[in-house]
Amino acid sequence: MNGITRILLFMVSCVLTHNFIFSRFLGCCPFLGVSRKVETAASMGVAVTFVMALASLFTWLVNHLILIPFDLEYLQTISFILVIAALVQFVEMFLKKSSPSLYSALGIYLPLITTNCAVLGVAVLNVNENYNLGYSVLNGVFGALGFMLAIVLMAGVRERLETSKIPEPLKGFPITLICASLMAIAFMGFAGLA
Amino acid sequence: MGIAIATVLMAALGLIFGGLLTMAEKKFHVEIDPRIEQVRSYCAGANCGACGYPGCDGFAEAVVKGEAPVDGCKPGGLSCLKGIAEVMGTTASETEPLVARVICQGSRAVAKERYEYNGIPSCRVAAGIAGGPKLCRFACLGLGDCMAKCKFGAIHMEDNLCVIDPNKCTGCGACVEECPRDVIKLLPRSKTVYVQCRNSDVARVARDICMTACIACGRCKKTCQHDAIVVEGGFAHIDAEKCVHCGECAAVCPCNCITIPEVTA
Repeated sequence: MNGITRILLFMVSCVLTHNFIFSRFLGCCPFLGVSRKVETAASMGVAVTFVMALASLFTWLVNHLILIPFDLEYLQTISFILVIAALVQFVEMFLKKSSPSLYSALGIYLPLITTNCAVLGVAVLNVNENYNLGYSVLNGVFGALGFMLAIVLMAGVRERLETSKIPEPLKGFPITLICASLMAIAFMGFAGLA
Repeated sequence: MGIAIATVLMAALGLIFGGLLTMAEKKFHVEIDPRIEQVRSYCAGANCGACGYPGCDGFAEAVVKGEAPVDGCKPGGLSCLKGIAEVMGTTASETEPLVARVICQGSRAVAKERYEYNGIPSCRVAAGIAGGPKLCRFACLGLGDCMAKCKFGAIHMEDNLCVIDPNKCTGCGACVEECPRDVIKLLPRSKTVYVQCRNSDVARVARDICMTACIACGRCKKTCQHDAIVVEGGFAHIDAEKCVHCGECAAVCPCNCITIPEVTA
């Protein structure tokens, strides 16, 4: 298998086979919280993509330039959280300046990216899988695109749910969780792909 | 030694990120209209939503944008109105502050009951069951829907009747909308003389079901020297514009349904 095919396969596996939400079950909070409308879901996806790409890059740098040379790998979690928190703050300032409408649309969920486990998850996975810098960033970007795909699909489903006839006890969150689990089963079908 | 390196490194990392964020904050600083904060400080701050905006912050932003009127915050009262008007550089039109009044005195002692109600404690529910627990179809049901709605703790229930503390009431009107019987009215604060009944039944029926029902006898109208009272639709009305709060009508009312609560109290 040559290099390009490997990379392409890696991207597909990040988005579909190892989808952060449907097969790793990371980042379920924003997935359920911000998936009411397709537009907000998409902008949440963009914000998460941005943060996850930068987080992969910076956590890799922090890990390889600071933690490993000093034998401090046991500080990974805390230093990654530090990096992510700083990044999210930065993204928040950036959005406030450049796109106030997106900023107010994301609302409380923007600072919540700090505690989005998918972001910390991608950083820790990069370390565990021993990815190099390029693969780490690819994992971040395409993992986040997988997250975005999932949340946008879910938002589409939920918009339809709004107008459908749902049995009384299932209205609201129960039906949402059922839909999410059905989608997860569907995504399991990609398992043999890559 | 290891722990020292770890501590120093983490501190350094924190400092670097902190420094970078400070620089970013300078670069991406957003100018927020300082008037929003000022207007916000004058609002009542209960986030009651009576102005029609999501909370006091939303109202303040709308005022500064020019979308909301400067007198939009009713609960804030006169000081709020003046403050906001000053911030916005306009003069406030002096509107008389309103206060919510209960147009019913049908406590358990005076108003007869149709049945004993032991259901869900909600006026809205009770009102729908066989015409409500009280015989009078205009009566306060006293189950406290308005009390639950009041953000200012101005309403309490006393003997099956809702009582509003005018000192705590801000005139936001939340209770008026909530009441299924329309028993609460917003009246100008200084107008302390009003008819506390709106039963439009004929006198005999009204008198039969409630001791304090207005029977439209017209004695108040005859007594009034200022031509402020009309009897219409089965009960008396006082024209707030003409009324001078002499209280003579209250003195002659055979059913004690006109009162001057704040003066006598």
